[in-house]
Amino acid sequence: MRLEKRNQSSAFALALAPVGAVGFTLLIASLLVLWAGAPVGQTYALLVKGGFGSVFALSETLTRAIPLMLTGLAAAVAFRARLFNIGAEGQLYVGAMAAVLVGGLHGGTGFDWPVPVLFVLMMAAAALAGALLLLGPALMKARLGVDEVVTTLLLNFIVLLLVSWMLDGPMKDPTAMGWPQSVVLNPELELSKLIEQTRVHTGLLWGCALAVLLWLMMKYTVLGFDIRAIGANARAAAFAGVPVTRTVVLVAMLSGGLAGLAGAIEVAGRTSYLTLDMSPGYGYSGIVIAMLAGLHPLGVVLGSVFVAGVLVGADSMSRAIGVPTYIADVIVAASLISVLVATLLTQYRVRWQA
Amino acid sequence: MTELLDTLANPAFWVAVLRIATPLILGTLGVLLCERAGVLNLGIEGIMVAGAFTGWLAVFAGASLWGGVAVAALTGAVLGSLHAFLTVGLALSQHVSGLGITLLATSLSYYGYRVSFPKVTTPPTITPFGPMDGLGIPVLSQQTALTLLALVLVPVLGYVLYRTPLGLAVRMVGENPQAAEGQGISVAKVRTGAIVAGSALMGVAGAFLTLSAFNAFFFNMVNGRGWVCVALVVFASWRPGKALLGALLFAFFDALQLRLQQSGGVDLPYQLYLMLPYVLSIVALVLVARKASYPQALMKPYRKGER
Repeated sequence: MRLEKRNQSSAFALALAPVGAVGFTLLIASLLVLWAGAPVGQTYALLVKGGFGSVFALSETLTRAIPLMLTGLAAAVAFRARLFNIGAEGQLYVGAMAAVLVGGLHGGTGFDWPVPVLFVLMMAAAALAGALLLLGPALMKARLGVDEVVTTLLLNFIVLLLVSWMLDGPMKDPTAMGWPQSVVLNPELELSKLIEQTRVHTGLLWGCALAVLLWLMMKYTVLGFDIRAIGANARAAAFAGVPVTRTVVLVAMLSGGLAGLAGAIEVAGRTSYLTLDMSPGYGYSGIVIAMLAGLHPLGVVLGSVFVAGVLVGADSMSRAIGVPTYIADVIVAASLISVLVATLLTQYRVRWQA
Repeated sequence: MTELLDTLANPAFWVAVLRIATPLILGTLGVLLCERAGVLNLGIEGIMVAGAFTGWLAVFAGASLWGGVAVAALTGAVLGSLHAFLTVGLALSQHVSGLGITLLATSLSYYGYRVSFPKVTTPPTITPFGPMDGLGIPVLSQQTALTLLALVLVPVLGYVLYRTPLGLAVRMVGENPQAAEGQGISVAKVRTGAIVAGSALMGVAGAFLTLSAFNAFFFNMVNGRGWVCVALVVFASWRPGKALLGALLFAFFDALQLRLQQSGGVDLPYQLYLMLPYVLSIVALVLVARKASYPQALMKPYRKGER
């Protein structure tokens, strides 16, 4: 078997690739549904209904899509520059931690500053915390050649333990009856709801706005050009005078910052305090979303709604018909692999004889 | 200080060190084999979960313990073939493919567990491997046969890599695939073989957790051990002997933090102790960074006729 480069890939094929990949994945997943002894058609119907079938379902999906959008953007921008940031999970948690630190009601009051100032400080602190967490691995990669995948992965575990320690001690909510949760955020800092009676909050607008900004940056700024150049060929970019180390560090700050914001927006928009199970792997799902979107910022918006819909839909389907919710994780993971293959097939053609 | 000496003088401590080291040795050897052939395998974390689950499930369903180990190895090999197809056959990003395998294998295992045991609250158990009492060697005779297997595999892998034509071929496709191809070696075949065999070892590493260290399958039981193995291989500069040393050193610190935590001699939050293994892995990576001699073709996809 060998691969032959296609002379050109049609725009149609490129757009079709993710759709075909997801279709193939659902076909595979239906075997698993059969294994669980459930009717395939009904299971998928319930899944779609639970994710997109009503105003309530859609509102839950959009709520879930907000952190995924931000971690997806974090992965997309980093992967574009070939900085494999797998640490969005940890960066999300330090962001949430920083947000509670600045905006939480410690000892019942919290900081006594004007709300707008405090809000800006809270978001800035979260972004900075996430950025700094990725700065270490990025510098280790740039200066020492240490693979950033392993360091960012290991940092996720360290950060979760750090959060656990904080919830046991310094940031513990004394009124939570021993439940490991942090002090609550100052209610005035919470993001307002987009739609009454639902949980969708203005974080959705933040996510979409950041996606557009990121897209414009990639397309029209020097930094965006440098990122694309490094992604295409780091050595050639360096030879052409692109400041590689500086760009990678900037990308790290940007990527970590976005993931950090995801944490702050989750706290300010949904939970209002920090817990250890705040993120069921949003950082890892963000990577899948970025790949599904072909690392395109606007595609990430769509990808995050799709993945959120699958996760939310699977929860409701599982309650109704008993197929384990883990089917959603299987679909998401298998989509990643099939979209990789599908994208490759838009660029290469497979020849089976040698 | 005397407390520390007491701990070190206690054979039970060294028994724990070797027990903690076993899955790390197996996993590290697996990663080492893949990387020597030039392919990063970040699927290890998920392959360990899948090996732990399928091996245990086979024994639970009535297979012998060694049957369970074989099933775990087979699971690893199947997932390894998928990784090989993606990274060698299609020459896709090794990073992303590996992560995809980890996510897929983990979610499939959890799904399979929930389908098999929909309503259990306490995890069902099996009778795990027992200690090798007949062996008569202190510390080692209190381990299970899987630990012995891991220890034996270290020189075996070293011998194969450095003393056989097969090992030479593996190292060659990891250093200079063009030259290997010129010698008539099929890069695709050697790499695929190394990934499949390495992944089988990772599956067995996972099975150690459910068939020897514990007697049941839990969610999150691998808990980053796979990533630690990836770090240990760099620390070991891709040599089996050093990998053994690295795994033992790592297990030593892990066992030590457990003892210190239990004794309460040093009053720190327990989370700080638990962080130690991960922090150590990063420190190890930084320490060897300057002189790390990566296999030259590691992470470089090879497409025949393309440069």
